[in-house]
Amino acid sequence: MKTEHDILIVGAGPAGMAAAVQLADLGFAPLVIDEQAMPGGQIWRASEGPRSDAVRRALGPEYAEGADRVARFRLSGVDYMPGTRLWHIEPGFQVFMSRDETAFSRRYRAVLLATGAQERPVPVPGWTLPGVMTVGAAQILLKTSAQIPEAPVWIAGSGPLPLLYMRQLLALGGQVAGFLDTTPKGQASRVLPHAMAALRGRGDLIKGVKWLRQLRATGLPWLRGVRDVQALGQDRIEAVRYTAADGRVHEQSAQVLLLHEGVVPSIHTTLAMNCEHDWSEAQGCFIPRTDERGMTSVDGLFLAGDGAGIGGALAAEERGRIAALGIAGRLGQDAPAAHLHAAHAGLARRLASRPVIDALYPPSEAQIPDETVICRCEELTAGDIRVAARLHRGGPNQVKAYTRCGMGPCQGRQCGYSVNRILSEEYGQSRAETGFFRIRPPLKPVTLGELAALEEGREAP
Amino acid sequence: MFKQLTDPKEPGFQVFVDGMAVSARPGDTVAAVLLRTPPHLARHTPVRESPRAPFCLMGVCFDCLATVDDQTSVQTCLVEARPGMRIERPRGKLKVAQ
Ligand code: FES
Repeated sequence: MKTEHDILIVGAGPAGMAAAVQLADLGFAPLVIDEQAMPGGQIWRASEGPRSDAVRRALGPEYAEGADRVARFRLSGVDYMPGTRLWHIEPGFQVFMSRDETAFSRRYRAVLLATGAQERPVPVPGWTLPGVMTVGAAQILLKTSAQIPEAPVWIAGSGPLPLLYMRQLLALGGQVAGFLDTTPKGQASRVLPHAMAALRGRGDLIKGVKWLRQLRATGLPWLRGVRDVQALGQDRIEAVRYTAADGRVHEQSAQVLLLHEGVVPSIHTTLAMNCEHDWSEAQGCFIPRTDERGMTSVDGLFLAGDGAGIGGALAAEERGRIAALGIAGRLGQDAPAAHLHAAHAGLARRLASRPVIDALYPPSEAQIPDETVICRCEELTAGDIRVAARLHRGGPNQVKAYTRCGMGPCQGRQCGYSVNRILSEEYGQSRAETGFFRIRPPLKPVTLGELAALEEGREAP
Repeated sequence: MFKQLTDPKEPGFQVFVDGMAVSARPGDTVAAVLLRTPPHLARHTPVRESPRAPFCLMGVCFDCLATVDDQTSVQTCLVEARPGMRIERPRGKLKVAQ
């Protein structure tokens, strides 16, 4: 592997792989780094892994596509460094990374962030108890380890992912104790009819409706209009409590509770680079601003994939190709305009059903109860944040300074949006006005040993 | 808490969780192994020493930190299990390097 590259791609998911393949086609030789051990991102995670036919069948055709994409990425011959964490980028781009407990730093002319999305944190009372996880986490366990919950599982939340996971779990003989559907009641009937009319023939939606029908037919306990979900227990979850649509409170024993309320772009790196971000009302999150070539407001820093707005794997690939063409142009090799047009047309097609999905599953706006832990690392509650917000009027950074909220190892990845929401409520201002934590390096914790290696100028593995 | 739908043909190997031999398979992350090994924990928090288990499995939450082959505060959901690996889930204060 070369040690010098003009282009760095961060992330080997759908966007990063598509960008790498496109750049290789254009004669460039980028370096791709990724935190995981194998390419594919979260959606196509462990696509190359060995698995039984039953697991392969349960994961479905969308997942199966991943194996082909990963193979194409491998074939492109692009330099790829798995198990590598990005922890700092300096303008110009001096990039700091760590691999195998060794830190190293290299220079690039262009950087493409294809770091994807994370699940939107769902702060409910008891969500830090062992036995409470995200739906995405459970699905990753299925992909990497063919691993499912031992006991019937409770699933609480909203969005396409719980439906997909339940389908996969049931196909493998797993059991669902209950699906606590927190989608506001009547949401589907409000959005679906006109969406279906507007988008008749759109494969994604038809598929979605078919799935819903199949899932309903399994007879799984599906409770609609649920709110106030709580995990109860001492050293682990013992029960789940929730308010049903009729207002009655129920408490039932639970071993595993999975939460999910959609996904949001990973914005820590773009925040650290001071890129412009816009608040998206439809997706309930901040989205870094990009131009028609996928470049952020920082010259030479590109963005592709769900990090540029949630659109799913196929949209991520189109964004990867767009950014690749943008980077090529920037490095003096303008691709034919038709290429860019084709990629944009592809992106528009892939995003066609997204507004309907966004409207179907709006992020929860319910007040977070005072006793709920907001910052999992520093163990601060919503009440702690409200007290701080009332004592000293200020933004997320002031709250961080007063309380340590967001200073733990996750650096605000789990509490950032909750703080934003609470302060916006407290001060009666918009989410955009409140803003997010200022993010400083290192983006991921770095050990002193790693830093020492950097100091000695030891070369990377 | 979780179980693996094992294919008997698939070869496995051993890792050691708090000194106890546990079986793992290629592709398993250390966090996945912890989630099927009682008491299904990764760590106790440095702040209030409350028990935590891997939560996000994608490198975001840092609740899966444990000691792997003497290296402390490893994000176990990002590390693949290897034959003979030693994983410790220390109680009490853990230092998180930053
Ligand atoms: S489980 Fe969240 S970082 Fe590992």
